[in-house]
Amino acid sequence: MSTRRQNTTLIATLGWLLICIVALLLAASVATAQTARDDSPMGFDDARHLLNRTSFAAQTADIENYARLTRAEAVDRLLAETRRHAAYPAPAWTAKYERVYRPDMTQEQRMQANRRELIERGLEIRTWWVAEMLSTPTPLTEKMTLFWHNHFATSQQKVRSAQLMYRQNVLLRSYALGNFGALLREISKDPAMLVYLDGAQNRKGAPNENFARELMELFTLGEGQYNEADIKEVARAFTGWSLEPETGEFRFRRGIHDDGEKTVFGARGRLNGDDIVTLLLRQPGTGEFIVGKLWQEFVSPELSPAAVKRLAALWRDSNYEIKPLMRAMLLSDDFWSPANRASLVKSPVDLVIGSLRQFRFSVEDPAPFAIILRQLGQDLFGPPNVKGWPGGEAWLNTTTLLARKGFLNRLFRADEMLKPTLAAGDDMAGKQDMVAQPAAALIDRDMMGERRQRAQTRLAVRGGAADRLPPFGVSNQLRGQYFFNADEWFRQMRAAMQGGRGGDDDKIVRTLLAGPPVQAPREVPHTLAGLRTVALDPMYQLK
Amino acid sequence: MTLNRREFLAALSAAAAAGVGVVAAPGAFAQSPTTTATSPYKRLLILVELKGANDGLNTFVPYADPAYYALRPTLGIKRDQVLQLNDKFGLHPALDLLMPMWAKGELAAVTGLGYPQPNLSHFRSIEIWDTASNANDYLAEGWLARAFATVAPPKSFVADGIAVGGGDLGPLANGSRALSIASTEAFVRQAKLADPHGRASNKALQHILRLEGEAQSAALNIDPKVTLKTEFPTHAFGQQVKTAMQVVAASPGVAALRVGLGSFDTHQGQPGTQQTLLKQLAEGINAIRQASLELGRWQDTAIVTYCEFGRRAKENQSNGTDHGTANTQFVIGGGVKGGLYGSHPSLTQLSGDGNLLFTTDYRALYSTLLTQWWGFSGAQSEKVLAGKYAPLSLFS
Repeated sequence: MSTRRQNTTLIATLGWLLICIVALLLAASVATAQTARDDSPMGFDDARHLLNRTSFAAQTADIENYARLTRAEAVDRLLAETRRHAAYPAPAWTAKYERVYRPDMTQEQRMQANRRELIERGLEIRTWWVAEMLSTPTPLTEKMTLFWHNHFATSQQKVRSAQLMYRQNVLLRSYALGNFGALLREISKDPAMLVYLDGAQNRKGAPNENFARELMELFTLGEGQYNEADIKEVARAFTGWSLEPETGEFRFRRGIHDDGEKTVFGARGRLNGDDIVTLLLRQPGTGEFIVGKLWQEFVSPELSPAAVKRLAALWRDSNYEIKPLMRAMLLSDDFWSPANRASLVKSPVDLVIGSLRQFRFSVEDPAPFAIILRQLGQDLFGPPNVKGWPGGEAWLNTTTLLARKGFLNRLFRADEMLKPTLAAGDDMAGKQDMVAQPAAALIDRDMMGERRQRAQTRLAVRGGAADRLPPFGVSNQLRGQYFFNADEWFRQMRAAMQGGRGGDDDKIVRTLLAGPPVQAPREVPHTLAGLRTVALDPMYQLK
Repeated sequence: MTLNRREFLAALSAAAAAGVGVVAAPGAFAQSPTTTATSPYKRLLILVELKGANDGLNTFVPYADPAYYALRPTLGIKRDQVLQLNDKFGLHPALDLLMPMWAKGELAAVTGLGYPQPNLSHFRSIEIWDTASNANDYLAEGWLARAFATVAPPKSFVADGIAVGGGDLGPLANGSRALSIASTEAFVRQAKLADPHGRASNKALQHILRLEGEAQSAALNIDPKVTLKTEFPTHAFGQQVKTAMQVVAASPGVAALRVGLGSFDTHQGQPGTQQTLLKQLAEGINAIRQASLELGRWQDTAIVTYCEFGRRAKENQSNGTDHGTANTQFVIGGGVKGGLYGSHPSLTQLSGDGNLLFTTDYRALYSTLLTQWWGFSGAQSEKVLAGKYAPLSLFS
């Protein structure tokens, strides 16, 4: 028998062996799932799965706490803890609406003022949201706020007012786990949206179809569920949904509203925008489209049409309350199915905020992380277009995957650390395996982007946002720096662990990775370098 | 028989690939043994996506048609500002850098491009253009991915195609050896961290390991020390063009590059936005020309613009235009036979919803590129495009 032939036989044998092993493993996990009774504590791995899907990477102590709960208790607790307001104080200028375009300005001054606002305030609200995500006691609130920001995608680049973008963010958060019907109604009157999709330009006799089209294609029904005639009728119904220039508030202008008869989805009458929202909420397609998006955010990249239909019906029956829907989805068999674990690609927010929270990095100025999110493809307040970020596997291409690895590599780079500016005589200084360096050093200078983005990056590097925002982080001595002490982190991890199967190292890896490492060792050395190895493992990109 | 670790891993990977469906190894792509010299792909295609749908009527202006000014009483480009190509059509004044190319016979305008039952959603329509599908067919693979599956680019190339700027892969998606690169410096430096080894236990990991492999092998084929003398515009599009041309200069080859600029979605305040973007477009194209001349590649380079649709014939009352249908695109290069191709849609006989009626299927442009530029046979082109589309004679 030739060597080639032997190899083929060997490969075939190994192949069969592998299939058998996989089959056995699957059988075992199904058995485990079946024996986990609904009224028994869910254990470490289930708790890890739930928390990592619903928060920004959970810490061991939280996982251990949730492990004692049943799945239902855990989901109820997560949902009960969500909030309607951000905790981190917003920049002072958000309190008052100031128009950038003042009538007395020359054209040149207006352009300059506008440019400055886009850069400075744009960086400040991005930094503010990053700070909220880093510090929130209820990450699920922020995940859902981000979900709706992506769903009702609106970009500051066109809105050209950080103030209106901030207000929209406040709106999204207040309904993030509230009532979708009410949110949809509010969004149709949201000033940032009225600017972004030209609703403010939509007048009787001169309809602008932009909002009408995206309302049906992207916000409710999905493409193919309506026709061009519907778009024209819906655009007419929303004429007069406008803005008050002095306050930036919604204003209904009767004079430019077309109150003639319209026919939409078989309903005929003098329909206005509110009527259209009501009609859209009656269409089964609306719930199914949005449940499908939530499914791909929280459960699996593969849609299960039957499950989506069931959840959408339940959602409509509960009058589009978001919490009961989330509860049903998070308690579905699909959510817990072993096949769906580690199946989702982390978003840049998951990756960056998750890493900083999980390892308890001390961050003095979060602005550089807003810039890093942009470099990884998720510019907060700046989605690529009205469809939002495509998400899923599309988060990763050769550019963004390499940028992620570059970021993670630098995050744990002890050898490049500047000697920390810790107080002299501090017994931590110099002895331990730690990083303390300017967060701005994490920004890849070769990926600066377009002109406004370059200006914003330079501002973030200078600490320009930190001067104007409420102080963030633990230590003024760490001005502009981020700080991480690996020794201390490992000590706290060990203290938080409560035994169970596997050794400490096994549990550390099980905390950090959604599944078995692909390249990293299962025994992670208790050093910065060891953590870097885990963070660079392909499994670290998944949740 | 004993196996060392590496052989064991290789066998395991193969087994995994066979049994569970996994694993990527760099260079493990099915390729014909064509060399660069004889390959049709010594001719380079640079696609420029005008994101958000450029208004063709104000780009390639039918300035002699009174119906144009009737439809565009405020937005219409004034006759005395149009850069005249002939007695009927002219370019938007922001495109003045293209005029020398027109004079040299290097610029072709293909007008009336569209498809039956036009879809007016940005996202669906660009998918149709990217996948070369009918309005009602949903195809997963980009049309270039299918082209490269039919006639494979040389294995020695850094990639079949590259999407510059870090966005989606568009016409290169699903099947081709495609890279996304934002900056060659960052790419080569960061690729040192890429590691394709290991077993992928699900689809997402498979995707990651494939990317790691592609990045690792591509980075070995880009020499970051090679630089061009050409100066590139500092705006984002100029920088994309710079990255694209650096790849051409510093790698063994690539068949297609995709760059993009936007947003041209000018529902409101069109004049300023379009002016800025078209100026950037012309500056970028001019820089591609300069760099190609510097590399001696201008005869072998074709720049082709595209977008999801044109805009509504009649201006709206927000000083802008809504989504429309048929559009004009440019094909530019040293080997291009300059001139006007296709017939311009009538401005008086519009569709029921006020849109232009297309006169040339957009896939005729693709079949031209496949057969006339890359030398595919008619049968091969038909296979890629799932249909027969008479090519235009765009190339000399």
